[in-house]
Amino acid sequence: MVEVQFRFRDDEIAGDPAVTVDAFLTQTNATAVRIEPGDDARALLPFLERLQLIEVSFPAWTDGRGYSSARVLREAGYQGELRAVGDVVIDMLSHLRRCGFDAFAPEHGLNEADAQAAFERWDNVYQATGDGRAAIWAKRHG
Amino acid sequence: MYKYDQYDQQMVDTRVEEFRDQVRRRLDGSLTEDQFRPLRLQNGLYLQLHAYMLRVAVPYGTLNSQQMTLLGDIADKYDRGYGHFTTRQNIQYNWIKLEETPDILADLATVEMHAIQTSGNCIRNISSDQYAGAAADEIVDPRPYAELLRQWSSFHPEFLTLPRKFKIAVIASETDRAAMKLHDIGIQMVRNAAGEIGARFFVGGGMGRTPMIGPMIRDFVPLDQLVTYCEACLRVYNRYGRRDNKYKARIKILVHELGKDEYTRQVEEEFAHLLTQDIEPPLAELERIKAHFVDPPFEAGASDDLDLSDPDFRLWVERNCAPHKQAGYIVATVSLKPVGGIPGDATSDQIRLMAKLARDYSFDELRVTHAQNIVFPHVRKADLYAVWKALDEAGLGTANLDMVGDIIACPGLDYCSLANARSIPVAQKISERFGSAEKQAEIGELKLKISGCINACGHHHAGHIGILGVDKKGTENYQLLFGGSEGADTSLGQITGPGFDEEGIVAAVETTTNVYLRERQQGERFLDTYRRIGMAPFKEALYG
Repeated sequence: MVEVQFRFRDDEIAGDPAVTVDAFLTQTNATAVRIEPGDDARALLPFLERLQLIEVSFPAWTDGRGYSSARVLREAGYQGELRAVGDVVIDMLSHLRRCGFDAFAPEHGLNEADAQAAFERWDNVYQATGDGRAAIWAKRHG
Repeated sequence: MYKYDQYDQQMVDTRVEEFRDQVRRRLDGSLTEDQFRPLRLQNGLYLQLHAYMLRVAVPYGTLNSQQMTLLGDIADKYDRGYGHFTTRQNIQYNWIKLEETPDILADLATVEMHAIQTSGNCIRNISSDQYAGAAADEIVDPRPYAELLRQWSSFHPEFLTLPRKFKIAVIASETDRAAMKLHDIGIQMVRNAAGEIGARFFVGGGMGRTPMIGPMIRDFVPLDQLVTYCEACLRVYNRYGRRDNKYKARIKILVHELGKDEYTRQVEEEFAHLLTQDIEPPLAELERIKAHFVDPPFEAGASDDLDLSDPDFRLWVERNCAPHKQAGYIVATVSLKPVGGIPGDATSDQIRLMAKLARDYSFDELRVTHAQNIVFPHVRKADLYAVWKALDEAGLGTANLDMVGDIIACPGLDYCSLANARSIPVAQKISERFGSAEKQAEIGELKLKISGCINACGHHHAGHIGILGVDKKGTENYQLLFGGSEGADTSLGQITGPGFDEEGIVAAVETTTNVYLRERQQGERFLDTYRRIGMAPFKEALYG
């Protein structure tokens, strides 16, 4: 299993391995699930209470469906860990954070200094995405 | 026009730093070319046949003289002394060095410019009506809405790796000068029965290898829901647009395959959900932006008289100028299509001259048009002759707007690694063949558009006459299309029959105009005659 390289949560890392969405929907006790790009994140909405970990898989970083999956889950109130796994690259990190990801398990470890710089890159943002950051328009109109 | 505040400036400055860091990682080998490619594309940097090409954004085609001057200076400092204005109302430079691009972006940032999202699978620079704020027929200035969406779409974290590129146009008049229905999202600002302004949405138009006219999916989106509605359109596309085949990845294919009604239903469902998420800027933000687009201080009572005794000037006024909403003023278009020239190219000196003229005679404003020309939106009629004289002396006085010489052409095989055939030499030869002003005047309005491959960057589907370059067993071959249009009467061109070689296509265009001149009835443009008589008489002349 690929290690979590960056995590922005204080709770314990979930112990259970993530199962596929299909498996999750037929199991009543799983607490961790893994979404592939073609999966409908909304299928998980009835079960958010018991989920501790949702992994969102990026087989290729240029396939951006995972960003929408993440926002759909956060907008529905999911509070557990949202972990980006797979082909996660430096230049995605700040955007993934904005869409609600709070853990990152890149299949190839990232340069720590470059990653930190990427996380801290944007002091301001143009959009409201539900990540708690005030959009520029909100700052303008305080 | 819009002026950055501290936040806008900081966003652009941060992007320069980010890109400088990406180039550093590429040059030190931390990034492979495959990894770097999507990143550089989101900064408008392409690798073409001979060098890097940098595409600089001109949001909704609006520029001030300081920005335009810098565009000329960049052409001298980093390129070969010229720039190429594009069908997306942008400018691109064809001979750029990778190592120098962070410095170019830093220079651009000093005048509130950038190359953000001018390429790549993201929301591109938003285009608009080049006569915005000046046109006699607009219901409002569309640019504040385009600016609102520019900010929303810049670095939108959810939509930076879409299935494919995404183009938005915003207009506000019935006369469509921006090919709005041939965009991924076309927005027409309208007034409803209650007198309120709102947005009409057309989604799923586009050119490329599968041209489609975008269907209307919503008649009226209120102004305080504009961003939210766009976000719903994009989210449905990001989640369900095809990613298995890049040629079927544009939103037009999704809308076509789902059907307009089902796509609309999904958007409305997502929209209803997103309305609960508080993602819409307050109307106060739109008002703040609008304040940047108030009319310039027009001179009240400026004279409407024009001395047209110089016949060359008269011709230029008749061809290249359009009515202004303000008495005593006129909209003037500078044609970047001199006889035998490369469509859309301008030298650094020409760029700086246009900047100076805009500063002195057009309230410091210029526009880039999707037909690859430059507009002075607000010229006092009393100044028009001086403006034209200065343009004419610099080789910029060509009087051929919307005529056969005013050709749209993509860079083609002279520059582009995707092209199958050259576009520029064909454009030049046609331009020369129809070089005489008398001949062009006799033919009248005729929009001719050339693409060097089926990606259709030269808009050949939307040309009254379209030309498509293809590769036929290793030689360049040119197909001919008739009947396209990009206006309020948007239509797609039909192929006439077998293609022609380079000489043959030039002759075929002349054969075509001869049939038109023979067949036309009083007041008909080429397009009207073609629509009335159909393909047959032309085919007979071309292939008979």
